[in-house]
Amino acid sequence: MSDTTLSHPATAARPDAGQRASRDLLRRGRLKPAEIVFWLATAASFFLLPDRHLLLSEIVILGLFALSLDLIIGYAGVVSLGHGAFFGLGAYVAGLVSVHLTGEPLTGLILAALAAGILGLATGPLLLLRASDLTRLMVTLGVAMLLLEAANRAAWLTGGADGLQGVTINPLLGRFEFDLFGTTAYAYCLIVTFALFLLARRVVTSPYGLSLLAIRDNALRARSMGIPVGPRILGIYAFSALIAGVAGALLTQTTMFVSLDVLAFHRSADVLLVLVLGGVGYLYGGLIGAIAFKLLQDWFSAITPQYWMFWMGLVLMVIVLIGRDNLNALPRTLMRRLRREDRA
Amino acid sequence: MLTILIDGIAYGMLLFVMAAGLAVTLGLMNFVNLAHGAFAMIGGYVTALAMNRLGMPFLLTLPFAFLVPALVGVVAERLLYARLYRRSHLDQVLFSIALVFMAMAGTDWLLGSGQQLITLPGWLQGRFEVFGVGIGRYRAFLIVICAALVVGLQLILGRTRFGARLRAAVDDQRAARGLGINVGGIFAATFAVGSGLAGLGGALGIEMMGLDPTFPLKIMVYVLIVVTIGGTASLTGPFIAALLIGTADVAGKYYLPELGAFLIYLVMILLLILRPQGLIARAR
Amino acid sequence: MQRRNLLLGAILVASTALAGMPALAAGDPFKIGLILPMTGPFASTGRQIEAAARLYMAQNGDEVAGRKVELIVKDDASVADTTKRLAQELIVRDKVGVIAGFGLTPLAMATAPLATRAKVPAVVMAAATSSITEQSPYVVRTSYTTPQVTSKIAEWAAGQGMKKVVTVVSDYGPGLDAEKTFVAVFGAAGGEVTETLRVPLQNPDFSPFLQKVADAKPDAIFAFVPSGVGAQFMKQFVERGLDKTGVKLLADGGITDDDILNGMGDPALAAITGFHYSAAHDSELNKKFVADFASANDGMRPNFMAVGGYDGMHAIYAALEKTGGDSSGDALIAAMKGLAWESPRGPISIDPETRDIVQNVYLRRVERQGDQLWNIEFETFEAVKDPGKTGS
Repeated sequence: MSDTTLSHPATAARPDAGQRASRDLLRRGRLKPAEIVFWLATAASFFLLPDRHLLLSEIVILGLFALSLDLIIGYAGVVSLGHGAFFGLGAYVAGLVSVHLTGEPLTGLILAALAAGILGLATGPLLLLRASDLTRLMVTLGVAMLLLEAANRAAWLTGGADGLQGVTINPLLGRFEFDLFGTTAYAYCLIVTFALFLLARRVVTSPYGLSLLAIRDNALRARSMGIPVGPRILGIYAFSALIAGVAGALLTQTTMFVSLDVLAFHRSADVLLVLVLGGVGYLYGGLIGAIAFKLLQDWFSAITPQYWMFWMGLVLMVIVLIGRDNLNALPRTLMRRLRREDRA
Repeated sequence: MLTILIDGIAYGMLLFVMAAGLAVTLGLMNFVNLAHGAFAMIGGYVTALAMNRLGMPFLLTLPFAFLVPALVGVVAERLLYARLYRRSHLDQVLFSIALVFMAMAGTDWLLGSGQQLITLPGWLQGRFEVFGVGIGRYRAFLIVICAALVVGLQLILGRTRFGARLRAAVDDQRAARGLGINVGGIFAATFAVGSGLAGLGGALGIEMMGLDPTFPLKIMVYVLIVVTIGGTASLTGPFIAALLIGTADVAGKYYLPELGAFLIYLVMILLLILRPQGLIARAR
Repeated sequence: MQRRNLLLGAILVASTALAGMPALAAGDPFKIGLILPMTGPFASTGRQIEAAARLYMAQNGDEVAGRKVELIVKDDASVADTTKRLAQELIVRDKVGVIAGFGLTPLAMATAPLATRAKVPAVVMAAATSSITEQSPYVVRTSYTTPQVTSKIAEWAAGQGMKKVVTVVSDYGPGLDAEKTFVAVFGAAGGEVTETLRVPLQNPDFSPFLQKVADAKPDAIFAFVPSGVGAQFMKQFVERGLDKTGVKLLADGGITDDDILNGMGDPALAAITGFHYSAAHDSELNKKFVADFASANDGMRPNFMAVGGYDGMHAIYAALEKTGGDSSGDALIAAMKGLAWESPRGPISIDPETRDIVQNVYLRRVERQGDQLWNIEFETFEAVKDPGKTGS
């Protein structure tokens, strides 16, 4: 990704605006050192924490789900309280594929992604109404609840409230069995998530992604600049739905079970919470939010299984009151202090 | 047939009382307060505890079910909410959800996780017949109380100085401030009344919806539906929306039980497609 | 831009390293992993079971066959994939000998395959769908099954000469199970179910459904709703005046849940319920259980969930005693099969064929004794097996 500059020979003495723009884009497209550290740390967690792979898989799945939500909230300015619809659809499709077609995991993953993407395309037009954030929240919520009811009704297909029985997943690539310790599951989730992250990053740093930012900041101006607002939003919504579907499929495949609560309201609400906690609009927010949220939850609920929500709420509230920007500045101030000591 | 209609209206009225406060906070302060249900829960618990532990009669507890959440509301508004008016909607969502978490776990810790039940006085139990139509006494009582509240609210908003100031602040905060209106004070007072109303709704709703620590989450969606469909420009919108949702829900379950839980969401989506800004949109 | 958050994230990733050190001691205590909904709408299920399990340990000591018993309680907030992950972690990290709890059917269904793979017994203390025990040879149940209770209610109703019944159930797994059983058994006994109504689980306002019942004028109504909303159901039943018109209210005992029965007031007097446990069951053992439970838990009354947890602990204790401390899954399961003992609910046993519970089903009516409401048993069906499996 870093050596693509070659394709743009900067021979001209004064590069014109178009070339400058594409160079800017390329610079944005490169992985920054901090990002590399982040992914190395994530990879290291696989080797350093062999007995927490189960929790880590759950974190990565939630992180990927939140990442998909970030694509529409952070990059297109479309809020949603019904993203669980795509997650749940992906989860059910992956489950049904394993029951009726094949236990091969990658096939299920791809079909789930497609199904969720198509649902995204189908329901996307609802978001193009000239509407407030609140209306969008409620329309997306409504779609998700309708899907939940449909799944409840279609008990012959989905197993209804008891959950879908008989989901079995074959070894990954025919070699790696999904073991009790969750090691294969975690590696699988990590690799899929990383690949999709790179894809998402590619999309948002492309000219297409930039046009989305323009729409987010001012849809009216974007339209008068000739950006086709509707199709662009629809496109990113479907892409986001697709990723959410993959996250759902990962959940089904690693737990080998699907039940109605993959579509429940709390999924959509939790993922929004996680994303806002991590921060919107820079792709890592969902992942970081998921890590922080799940670790806090795991920690508090180990101490007090009954009242962990109270402490969780307190922490979230304090974070909002202090302001995330101030928190973000913390590592920087620490860094600066360290560097100063280095020089001394 | 009429019985169903009356049940639906009673249900809708109840929804309106709970949602009115949220409509005002959203419209006036542009604040997404998902913790609104927590105030309704406080009201419910005040009534349940006063009746079951202190032996107070039902009617006497209702003023407290209004006052206690209103007080809590004022304190929360001044201490916490006021800091967040300028923040993004997403921050407000995160904050108010955090508050809901704390309210739920705190209630659970103080009062246990079980259902709180109350026994209504005898004259509110059972039903009576008017021209051959059976009407539940409690439902009739609900309609009367809520109708009185609606009329009262409209009068306060439309006829009093406070109402005029409130409407001015909703329409244009900056101009209102320039005219010497104490916008901060109006915010606090409105928030208190909104929370109080929610509390009253919670207390009146125990009999129909039950009451346990998950109450804030349970009613959140319904209240949001009412506010979204109704629009936040006036109280008339949410009022119509609440009646519509209430009757649609009850009638739907009676006539089309197969559609069951689908109906309310279908109605919502359809109404929002037709009127994305709510039934009564703000004049632009 | 919030790039700085990345470093924060990296620190978080690294800090998990400190959180997860394996805790395997050499003294080999016997650990029981209890996974329950401790938060959310089904929290009271979790509370009852945990309290009962702790009571059992307080009464019977924490040492069995020379091994110290440890209880690890986890909250799954009734989300199935969380239940499964917690179970897996308990097995892999904490090396528990038994997993137990399972507040709802999907939670048990999600975990059953895991029990098979890990060869760890799963003791179901609450979930009541018939098919759970068929999901894994390592599942044992100490609660009850919906058909077990419902079939006896239907038999009794037919025996009382009722001809026309309307069923009202919550629209979810156990409710549909109950509906199916009632329709089948009542029909076979010569009665007729004229209408089957299903109430959405969300937003339980029963009034439109009860209005339909009122219009249909049946001999009786059979209801199955989750225990929390039972009170509303009966209040609205009375509010509609259905009790005055002579419509009998038959229901699964969850509707008059002992935990909250006292708060329900007079409307509860209308119900005739069938169930496997009443806190008013007349036996010395039960009186002691109810008294000890109340004194340990601030006056709380044990309900059917509590007795499921209590007997679940007994099954585990007794099995460990029988194996002489051998905690391998196969040995424990073999020991649990066929266990029979006197429980606070009456005589019960574990069917060696199906690993499901065999117990008495009682018909009860609510009566006021002093200032308290109790479920008083007036008829007993002895040693009922789950008809979902035996076909009887």
